[in-house]
Amino acid sequence: MRIAVIRFPGSNCDLDTIEALSKIPNVEPHLIWHEDNELHKYDAIILPGGFSYGDYLRAGIIAAHSPIMKQVKNLAEKGMPILGICNGFQILIEANLLPGALLRNNSLKFICKWVRVRVETNRTPFTYTLNKGSFLRIPIAHNEGRYFIPKSELKDLYKYDQIVFRYVDELGKPSNKANPNGSIDNIAGICNREGNVVGMMPHPERASQSILSPYYTEDGKKIFESLINYMRMVSLC
Amino acid sequence: MLKDIQLSLTNNEIRLVRKMLGREPNQLEWAMIDTEWSEHTSYKSSKKVLKLLPTKGRYVVIGPGYDSGVIDVGNDYIITLHIESHNHPSAIDPYGGAATGIGGVLRDIICMGTKPIALIDPLRFGMINKSDHSKWLFINVVRGIADYGNCVGVPTVAGEVEFDESFERNCLVDVACIGIGLKKHLILAEARYPNDLLILAGGSTGRDGIHGVTFASKVLSEKSDEERSAVQVPDPFMKKLIIDATLEIVETGYVRGLKDLGGGGLTCSLSEIAAKGGCGVEIHLEKVNLREPDMSPIEIMLSESQERMLFVVKKEGLEKISKIFEKYDIPYSIIGKVTDDGYLTVKMRGEVLARLPAKMVANAPIMHKKSRKPEYIELYKNIKPPEEPKNLDEVFLKLLSSPNLCSREWIYRQYDHEVGIRTIIKPGQADAAVLKIPNEKFLAVTSDGNSKHCYLDPYYGAAGCMAEACRNIIAVGGKPIAMVDHCQFGDPNKVDVYWTFVEAVRGMADYCKALHIPCVGGKVSFYNEDTVTNSAIKPSPVVMVVGLINNAKYITDMSLKMVNDAIMMIGLTKPEMGGSEYYEYIHNLIGGIVPKVDFQFEKRLHKLMDKIIKKRLAKAIHDCSKGGFAIGLVEMCFPNNLGVEVDCSKIPSINCRLDELLFSETHGRFIIEVSKDNVEDIMELASKMNIECNVIGRVCGNRFKLKMNDHDIFNFSIKELKNIWSQALPKYLGEI
Repeated sequence: MRIAVIRFPGSNCDLDTIEALSKIPNVEPHLIWHEDNELHKYDAIILPGGFSYGDYLRAGIIAAHSPIMKQVKNLAEKGMPILGICNGFQILIEANLLPGALLRNNSLKFICKWVRVRVETNRTPFTYTLNKGSFLRIPIAHNEGRYFIPKSELKDLYKYDQIVFRYVDELGKPSNKANPNGSIDNIAGICNREGNVVGMMPHPERASQSILSPYYTEDGKKIFESLINYMRMVSLC
Repeated sequence: MLKDIQLSLTNNEIRLVRKMLGREPNQLEWAMIDTEWSEHTSYKSSKKVLKLLPTKGRYVVIGPGYDSGVIDVGNDYIITLHIESHNHPSAIDPYGGAATGIGGVLRDIICMGTKPIALIDPLRFGMINKSDHSKWLFINVVRGIADYGNCVGVPTVAGEVEFDESFERNCLVDVACIGIGLKKHLILAEARYPNDLLILAGGSTGRDGIHGVTFASKVLSEKSDEERSAVQVPDPFMKKLIIDATLEIVETGYVRGLKDLGGGGLTCSLSEIAAKGGCGVEIHLEKVNLREPDMSPIEIMLSESQERMLFVVKKEGLEKISKIFEKYDIPYSIIGKVTDDGYLTVKMRGEVLARLPAKMVANAPIMHKKSRKPEYIELYKNIKPPEEPKNLDEVFLKLLSSPNLCSREWIYRQYDHEVGIRTIIKPGQADAAVLKIPNEKFLAVTSDGNSKHCYLDPYYGAAGCMAEACRNIIAVGGKPIAMVDHCQFGDPNKVDVYWTFVEAVRGMADYCKALHIPCVGGKVSFYNEDTVTNSAIKPSPVVMVVGLINNAKYITDMSLKMVNDAIMMIGLTKPEMGGSEYYEYIHNLIGGIVPKVDFQFEKRLHKLMDKIIKKRLAKAIHDCSKGGFAIGLVEMCFPNNLGVEVDCSKIPSINCRLDELLFSETHGRFIIEVSKDNVEDIMELASKMNIECNVIGRVCGNRFKLKMNDHDIFNFSIKELKNIWSQALPKYLGEI
């Protein structure tokens, strides 16, 4: 199974994502320079974290207008699984592949911290083998991660089951205290209506080896494994 | 000619230049020599003293004298390490100054052909609980580090902060960096082969940062704010591209020399690669990619514009290398070539503008400085101890929230310390950071400084910085293998200041020699004083020590883990209160005896700890330093909200009053958590090595209970203490 990890100038979690993927059996991760034009050769696409184009102007906006995103849009329409992590999430939003906006954290500061999220839906390729209502410990690291969407559209997110992850506390509740950046309804990750395009602020690639986790967990890996199992299921159908 | 430009050279130096050249240099030549012979680039006042530091050892590949020190960590891998500061720029433009400081140290790592994997930020400011100016500096320095480090994708994994009134006008903003790479890709800043091409790549050359080094080589004045143009403009995005492109280019095998452009700009880089490689260089100024069209040759040669690298490459590699620059959209131009004449020749459209022997430019004459022990030293040593406070509860709570001892979370939350997926021990979890490296080993990293100790006793203060840094490494399960130092002092022309510099270097050197820890690089920053308050900073040597951990199972943090485990104290507590947080913050008292370092004892202590770690006898290890025993112990309680019951009469000590027992900063001590079955083993090992050691209490409940025999000293809830400790910094900054 071939996964493309797109490297924009300024991406800085690309190699980390490759490393995390390479530890999963039967996965062939490929680092793809943003000028590549053969994305259709891959089974899934990941837009990694970082500061594409320095996040100048606005996080993710320049990358969202780069030529490779036309291919990403086409493939998204065809149902290819696409995951945007952190800056990748920002790019997907700026490219109108996902709804809403990512604003500056309400603390007005960058935050690097391990958080706990709850899986809200398992209809996406990236949560396919996870239980709805289960919890993951994954770190965040961002300046612009406050998810916002107008109330009317928020209703649609619920209606179409588009909320993928929410920040929760130790009791499993999406409380104010558990909300690191002021995101509306503690939203940490969403998907498009079809469910194949997912964006999330937490970094699963940083939570894929127990030695790197203060909790000795490998919850990030579960997201990548989920994708593999989903692809296997699709190919069997 | 000379009268038209302002030179910082001394009259002797001016005479020497004329004599060595046998002619009168032109204006451009004067400017070049002036820059390269400035204190900042030449180390002319410090070189002789720095020779005291040992530089050789079994792990050392490259010692001081290059952009970074190089250490062999086995399995064909090397690590590079360097420390820098951006004190003067940060004092004027804290955000830009701190950011470009990181840019500088990153270049020192990548120009060895290695990939930066960690940043470490030791910072020093005035009292943020009193001064709005210091608050402003502090907030913006941290923001500058965060914005730059986070964007460039190198994790900031460790650091330290010290607050002291002496840094009110001159904050110290240091940054250290670690790189990793394959030994076969190591590249030096040398031009060895005539006809190799010189490629200048990266940012364009502009007017920013001109005379940055001469600016750094004088004291700050009221007019300094007008020198903001001497501070460069940060561009972390460009730096990220340069890192990626440089590492890709290094892999082609065509690069024969690499040098960053930092202080002194082109002048410095060109003269140094030529002098080190024993060759000459010839460059053509019209080829330099300029930001502004009408720059003079002097401006081009001295510009310190950021994000530039100088590549010395084999001709055959030009095509391949150009493609990589183009892939990353990095501007580059071939500005000249290596020659065999030993001269640094600067041309503009064929006309020779300057022609100087590279070795002469690169090697400023060494200055001999006078030193004299300042009078205050003896005066402060013999002060009378303060009266023992009646209410120790109050003292303890006040210390816990003091700017120097409270939680650093406000800072490190803003730093991406996870990027690169190698940070195993993260900020706040232990005394040092631990990083995974590709050869299946682990690297422990820490930095330390203690200006309060160094002010009262620069020798033991500086030796103590080394001792504490080594304890930090040991506390996470590592073995110290190398250090870099950063000496920060006032005006070296003042005999008092110079004496403290010499003593501090001597202290570090004696420690390094005794414990066989080589110094592989460093930096000196003088003139950290200002004419407004007419005072210098306290002597502030800062060290970064790295250690190696061969096996993941040796990695230890400082959190207490299990109820009923024994708490043991290793080492003897003495009434060495000089420069302690307790004296200075509680009693407002400067003076007393600074903690001494017993080099022979340190050797035994390192051996004992090595045995304890290898046998995995300790579950948590924390070194006992700033704030003393009581603060050290409570820090171990916080992560898991576990309480303790400790009898202070069991602490091995000599002649200590109760307050001294609790808050003395004596070196050579560790607090460890041990399961009861292992207590005997540790007692035996310690007694064999003649090291004081005792069980002082146990882990239990969620209260911090200290007593002396049957008499209660403290009884606090851990939660309450943790709130005070963790909210202090945000409170000083007015956020809560």
